[in-house]
Amino acid sequence: MDFGLSDDQLLLQRSAAEFLASECPASLVREVARDEEGFPRGLYRHMAELGWLGLIVPDTYGGAGLSFLDLVLLLEQLGRAVVPGPFFSSAVLATLAIMLGGTSAQRQAWLPRLAAGDAVGTLAWLEASDRLDPAGVAARARKSGKAYRLSGQKLFVTDAHVADVIVAAFRSAGRGEEGVTLFLLPRDTPGVTIKPLPSIDLTRRPMEVRFEDVELPAAAVLGAEHKGWKTLARLFDAAAVALAADSLGGAERALELAVDYAKVREQFGRAIGSFQAVKHIAAEMVSEIEPARSLLWYAAYACDSVPRDAARAASMAKACLSDVYSHTTNRAVQIHGGIGFTWEHDLHFWFKRAKWNEFAFGDATYHRERLAQLAKF
Amino acid sequence: MDLALSPEHEAFRRKVRAWLKANLPKREPDDAVRGYRDPQRVSRLKAWQRTLYEGGFVAMGWPAQYGGRGAGVMEQTIVNQELVLARAPQQIGMMGVQMVGPTLIQFGTDEQRQRYLPRILSADEIWCQGYSEPGAGSDLASLKTQAELVGDEFIVNGQKVWTSNAQIADWMFCLVRTDPTAPKHRGISYLLIDMKTPGITVRPLIQMTGDAGFNEVFFDNVRVPRRNLVGELNQGWQVANATLAHERNMLGSTTRTQQMFNGLLQLAQGHQRYGKPASADPVMRQKLAGLMIRVEAMQYHSLRQLTDALRGRPPGIAASINKLVSTELNHEIAALALEVMGNYGPLARSAARAIDRGVWPYEFMFTLGLVIGGGTSQIQKNIISERGLGMPREERGLRG
Repeated sequence: MDFGLSDDQLLLQRSAAEFLASECPASLVREVARDEEGFPRGLYRHMAELGWLGLIVPDTYGGAGLSFLDLVLLLEQLGRAVVPGPFFSSAVLATLAIMLGGTSAQRQAWLPRLAAGDAVGTLAWLEASDRLDPAGVAARARKSGKAYRLSGQKLFVTDAHVADVIVAAFRSAGRGEEGVTLFLLPRDTPGVTIKPLPSIDLTRRPMEVRFEDVELPAAAVLGAEHKGWKTLARLFDAAAVALAADSLGGAERALELAVDYAKVREQFGRAIGSFQAVKHIAAEMVSEIEPARSLLWYAAYACDSVPRDAARAASMAKACLSDVYSHTTNRAVQIHGGIGFTWEHDLHFWFKRAKWNEFAFGDATYHRERLAQLAKF
Repeated sequence: MDLALSPEHEAFRRKVRAWLKANLPKREPDDAVRGYRDPQRVSRLKAWQRTLYEGGFVAMGWPAQYGGRGAGVMEQTIVNQELVLARAPQQIGMMGVQMVGPTLIQFGTDEQRQRYLPRILSADEIWCQGYSEPGAGSDLASLKTQAELVGDEFIVNGQKVWTSNAQIADWMFCLVRTDPTAPKHRGISYLLIDMKTPGITVRPLIQMTGDAGFNEVFFDNVRVPRRNLVGELNQGWQVANATLAHERNMLGSTTRTQQMFNGLLQLAQGHQRYGKPASADPVMRQKLAGLMIRVEAMQYHSLRQLTDALRGRPPGIAASINKLVSTELNHEIAALALEVMGNYGPLARSAARAIDRGVWPYEFMFTLGLVIGGGTSQIQKNIISERGLGMPREERGLRG
């Protein structure tokens, strides 16, 4: 029984933290926030060189072949530094979609490029209904000979504007799970238009992707026709845990900023951190964060080693950390007083990212109900 | 990272489980209603600890020369878990085994160890803890019970409060003030006091549960031999703290929390609330799921700390968080159980229609006591923020 990190994992954590502290300081986040594209290409290239983009991609496809837990540890550091750019869209969503759902030819065609950072990918799933169940995939893919014609709008597609390839979910038949097809298509396919959906989270770039009678060949089907839901379902759990990891890192950094501030800010002749009201808020924050960390480790471990418990564990981790990140950043802003409320202070980047993370891939309420069902309440 | 137990530990767990199956005493039907000082209850619990000790499952971590097995953290954890799962009776000599015993091992004289340790293990002598006083609760170091050294004896005068087990204890380990002129932490000594000494009066205190679960203890010129001092004179605070840091069996307590939650879930599935099972109500499901997440997070949290202990790493901030989170979680589980039950919730165990023999309102009350005792939640938050996060201590007694 060993519920701890290996030496390699500790090294990964430490080196990632050091790298990001120097290569992605808050000043870079702030600079990229102003930028329309929101894609720090130099940083992304460095991360590719470090092997981060292909961390879980099998080494036969040019990746490092590491575990999901390893990726989660890395994602925590990215969350801690609120790193902007398409890491989550590409190295998590698109990469996993292709790993889990692609034919071996498709994996061979795309995984090495995604891992090397030569191509950026993303996932287009949700529509205007914002539903995560099969009924949420309503946009139609009509068969036309051997080809397909896609019509509809996809929302909340992060980084579509810089993606080289988009994995898009369409309804090819029926109404339920059977009849969802995933397509792989280049961003510049005729009929595809992309519009920004600016979010208060300045570190992310969600897009609306419109498909107007987009024609795709049979080869564009990722995996098999009508069988896409299974890939989405497995991807969903991993994405939820990945966001939970981002949230954990962000919460920890917000706590750190608040505690550091409270130690130096003086009022009434003493550090505000010496007042119990402030101390107790900090104690509550860390008392939520540390058990959440333990739960996240289990969820990642379950994704790797306990597949029958992965969905339940993923829902627990996402529910927990959705709330913890938002709750922590709220209190961290309050500990900073008026300054925490300004644009000039960095904390609002974390505060806002917490809100994006909270709702993406199911919020706490959604996951608690899912947990109730999986645990057969 | 690997959650599986080694084959040896799996085998050990099976052995413990089988032993418990064969040796657990039968549940007596009137166990729940016997008072704390009921002699039959006391002798039954002493006998149970003796059985457990003879089985090799008490004080496993003590060095073999003192009656333990020098067993590792993993074995002790497995035993603690299995005891909870088997709903074994409490160990009446727990104060001795977990507190004064390790203190004597670390700070006692050979004479003291020989005199006290064997009877701690067999539960022949029961110990109580004389720490809190009416004027010294959270601020324990301000304690006033005096012990004046006169020749070869201490003369003890004062009062202790919240003393669990005092009414049946044979001995008390007691913090007393031996130097009233020194700064408060430096004038305290750790004394072993025979509860049969003339001048000691034990008065039961009734908890809101209705049980006389703890006591006041009055000392009126109580004579204690000098050889009953543990450690150096006026070093008692350090002696007490060294063993307060002794880790509680965390995995035992998270197993108990899990057990409570499982009971709550069963209750919610079985009880009709406004015409349908409570567990079918969407709001109840949210609350139940929310608790499940916190319960399970604490399970993995304790595994993480267990791993740190196995790797020989010092307990960090994660350990300070345990008491705060676990005690409040237990209370919230009981509170939700009452919510599930509606008007059935407050029914006492004597009510004909009480659900689950009235255990839930009892637990609801009792668990609040555990939030307060052993360091209140507010004190825990001070400790977490100061020692864990390095936040500045509050200046004491600010004036103007």
